[in-house]
Amino acid sequence: MAMRAEITRSMLRAAGILAGFAVFGALLVALTWESTAERIAENERAFLLRSLADVLPDSGYDNAVHEDVITVRDADLLGTPAPVSVYRARLRNKPVAVVMTPVAPGGYSGPIRLLVGVLADGTVSGVRVVAHRETPGLGDKIEIERDDWIRGFEGRRLGQPPRELWAVQRDEGVFDQFTGATITARAVVSAVRDALLYFEAHRDALFAAPAGTELAPSARNGDEDQK
Amino acid sequence: MSVTPAEVVRTGLWTNNAGLVQLLGLCPLLAVSTSLVNGLGLGIATTLVLLASNLTVSMIREFVRPEIRIPVFVMVIASFVTAVELAMNAWFHELYRVLGIFIPLIVTNCAIIGRAEAFASRQPPGLAALDGVAMGAGFTAVLVTLGAARELLGQGTLFAGAHMMFGDGARVLEMRFADTGFLLALLPPGAFIGLGLMVAAKNLIDARLARPPTPAPAASVPAAGELA
Repeated sequence: MAMRAEITRSMLRAAGILAGFAVFGALLVALTWESTAERIAENERAFLLRSLADVLPDSGYDNAVHEDVITVRDADLLGTPAPVSVYRARLRNKPVAVVMTPVAPGGYSGPIRLLVGVLADGTVSGVRVVAHRETPGLGDKIEIERDDWIRGFEGRRLGQPPRELWAVQRDEGVFDQFTGATITARAVVSAVRDALLYFEAHRDALFAAPAGTELAPSARNGDEDQK
Repeated sequence: MSVTPAEVVRTGLWTNNAGLVQLLGLCPLLAVSTSLVNGLGLGIATTLVLLASNLTVSMIREFVRPEIRIPVFVMVIASFVTAVELAMNAWFHELYRVLGIFIPLIVTNCAIIGRAEAFASRQPPGLAALDGVAMGAGFTAVLVTLGAARELLGQGTLFAGAHMMFGDGARVLEMRFADTGFLLALLPPGAFIGLGLMVAAKNLIDARLARPPTPAPAASVPAAGELA
């Protein structure tokens, strides 16, 4: 009996010490979080703003783009079944442009996440790659830091070039591909084209939806019959 | 079992180097060493965690019972890694984005729990802290050397991205020697080949140093594959 009590006591003491360190660890993390949370949120916000500004025209909008955001879903055109954020830029409450965040599912080694800025008239104002896992030295030319290729979309729109030319040159389109990474370029070109198709079909609803809501899948421009 | 501070420093930097001799923490070492700045960033983060965990483990070594010391070490290390991760996110945001998953993965770097168990839990706090710094510096040196070599060969640059760490003023450091590079150096095989060459070079130097006094066997050369 005495031995059992001894064992129990030693187990309890061990558990106590362990619990003590758990509290110490939690406290350390909590204090660090407390003192960095504001800065981290500020960093995230600044990063988002900078990225959004990159794909929007330099001026010409006056709202807080990063807060004027809705989510939409369209697995076919936006490359992911998950909700996709759409940021709206406005000037005196008039629609100026949107920034969509579609995914190019056909990357060489996984999905490529994009930012696609589209002016209200359907012209691309800018495209940037947010995250990808393409081969360094080949597929990573889609990054603006490495190559100007991604700027080739600026000023284009559906119909200019015509839809069948929205492809890389290998597929008889107008966009350059880079040696050794045709698949990467092809994935980005189709993702941008699909994002434009989505924009065209939903333009009015995209600007009209109140910030913070998810757009209902049926909210089209009402042109279903014309198709 | 007493060691002098000089021995501790020599062990950490050279004779028992975490990257070249113990071959610990290979996953982050190989994955992150694509550029000098990346290597330096991860190296500093790892050193900070090593210093803090060694110091803590040494201070609590008297009253943490042997049967629960491993879970305690793990908890201490995990807390420090999370703290370092948050701090990097707050003050070196761009670098944090580049290093990404490898910051939280410092938790799984065996070099850290290895030092806690093998050294810090048996030595006074001062020596344990010194050991943390020396081991971390040794690991950082390997990361920086490998990162610099791969960046130079693979990309033709040096110090690319220095502004992520030292602010915009450091952009003057960023050097470009060639417009294109040897792609293999940036790919994973390049990391393995580079590390292999570094291990070989270290063994070669050790063998050279061991020769003059006693011309006979190179028995003191540590085997490269030896794990701590």
